[in-house]
Amino acid sequence: MIEAREQNGNCSSSRSESNVASLESVNKNYGPIRALRGVNLAIRAGEIVALLGPNGAGKTTAVKLLLGLMPPNRGKVRVFGADPTNPENRMRTGAMLQVGRVPETLRVREHVDLFSSYYQKPMPAQDVLAASGLEKIAGRKYAELSGGQKQRVLFALAICGDPDLLFLDEPTVGLDVEARRLLWDEIRALVDRGKTVLLTTHYLQEADALADRVVVINQGEIIAEGTPTEIKVQTSGKKIRCITRINLQTLHQLPGVTEVKEDREAIEIHTSDAERVVRELLARDERLSGLEVTSAGLEEAFLALTRDSARNGDSD
Amino acid sequence: MSTASMTLTRSQMERSPIHTATIYLKETKYEFLKYLRVRMYTASVLSFPIMFYVLFGLVLNSHEAIAGTGLPTYLMATYGTFGVMGASLFGTAAGLASDRGLGWLQVKRASPMPPFAYFWAKVITSMIFSATIVLALFALGVEFGGVRMPPGKFAELFGVLVAGSLPFSAMGLALGYFTGPNSAPPMINLVYLPMSFCSGLWVPFMFLPHVLRQVALVLPPYHLSQLALSVVGAGAHESNATHWEVLIGFTMICLGMARIGFQRDQEKMYG
Repeated sequence: MIEAREQNGNCSSSRSESNVASLESVNKNYGPIRALRGVNLAIRAGEIVALLGPNGAGKTTAVKLLLGLMPPNRGKVRVFGADPTNPENRMRTGAMLQVGRVPETLRVREHVDLFSSYYQKPMPAQDVLAASGLEKIAGRKYAELSGGQKQRVLFALAICGDPDLLFLDEPTVGLDVEARRLLWDEIRALVDRGKTVLLTTHYLQEADALADRVVVINQGEIIAEGTPTEIKVQTSGKKIRCITRINLQTLHQLPGVTEVKEDREAIEIHTSDAERVVRELLARDERLSGLEVTSAGLEEAFLALTRDSARNGDSD
Repeated sequence: MSTASMTLTRSQMERSPIHTATIYLKETKYEFLKYLRVRMYTASVLSFPIMFYVLFGLVLNSHEAIAGTGLPTYLMATYGTFGVMGASLFGTAAGLASDRGLGWLQVKRASPMPPFAYFWAKVITSMIFSATIVLALFALGVEFGGVRMPPGKFAELFGVLVAGSLPFSAMGLALGYFTGPNSAPPMINLVYLPMSFCSGLWVPFMFLPHVLRQVALVLPPYHLSQLALSVVGAGAHESNATHWEVLIGFTMICLGMARIGFQRDQEKMYG
């Protein structure tokens, strides 16, 4: 696990100055559920950070803490060097949250008009609609929009104040491939204009496509942090398929194995260390046949990473 | 980059009074439009009191009188109370419960919206719908029920009824904080309909059974309707000071409860 020790790190002064937002040793509980455990997260000016994790990992909780929508149980939350509930911070941040229901009888243009009015120096409405791809449907009521269009309205509300810092909580969840790519382009355009963005996602692919830095979170803990390439290396799992008589119990104990499945007459093994597993397999079963090694999908690879951390966590 | 804009001073971040007023105005305008376009709201909240008034005050009993006040005039006061109560409860509670439960209020809270603007918009919108109902009843009463009063009395009745929107808006905010998106409408009806009946808003108070008349004394709509009736010369019970005191006290209790709900939400927000 990578921990950023802001207080006594040797580069702390230069780093914390450029930190736009940070969580420092933050714990957050919902009753008995520990949503975040000792989380350290720093977002620097002008970068786009992806908080990557499965559902229920604590991504949304982290965003809500940074937005000052609720306080942490322990630790410190800072945004622009101040408490996140500071009204001036709200002027400089925009947020796209997961919403169950948006007022459906208001038109797209009206939603944008209202939210723009909250800000000191909002973007012109026409620019907001253009940047969100909503120009042609500005006169439609929210209820009449498709899923992708609805997401774009929420995106428009996040950017309409021309904020310096944007929080996008699962911006592309539930979108089809085309709608997702459209939104990606819009997010990239923000960073080109010098904005700082924290986005949460459970797609490694999305983090890879957009982020300068990926922070992987699982079960309320940060388990990895790095550039998309570094994260991909850590998650470069392989799938081995073969017909063998070695029992499942033994297979589970081979190096880096995260999952063993029976698939008709063959066995499927997911591992982060394919070479060593293959060597072991061949050494232990002379009659092994039908050997295939393929790259695991990105999602499977990510699953491997989160499981590894769960295992390490148990042995700590 | 954005570090340059980090040095904005406090004064640059503070809104001018005109800007703040604009926000309140827009928030109210869109809250009003939002409800105006919901057919369920306009159909039920606006048309029920008007339909009842037409039926019971104009079509059926228009030549009767209670305590010297013609029934069309008497029922203008009581159905006015009924209409104001419905518009205010539905205008605040249903929307608040849904905004809270389904995440929209969080989006608003994460924005720089002044929190009070949100509540302001709901209360003013409820008052606008209340005023619409009252004016519609006036027009019908004058045109078809032969209601005759000096203009000053109309203005007074209008003022009392529209001010009466406040206690029920406060009650709606409290209800909105303690119900969910699905439970709010039935909960409102559970409060609204029995209270209206027991307060003598449908059937004139003196025709209610004795037990119900005792219950009515603790119900806010009873007190509002008595204030309205006293304007038209038919308030035969307690002094007006008592009615005002009960309504103000009730408003305070409801606002206190809404405040508890508001703080509870600030501290822990699930989902």
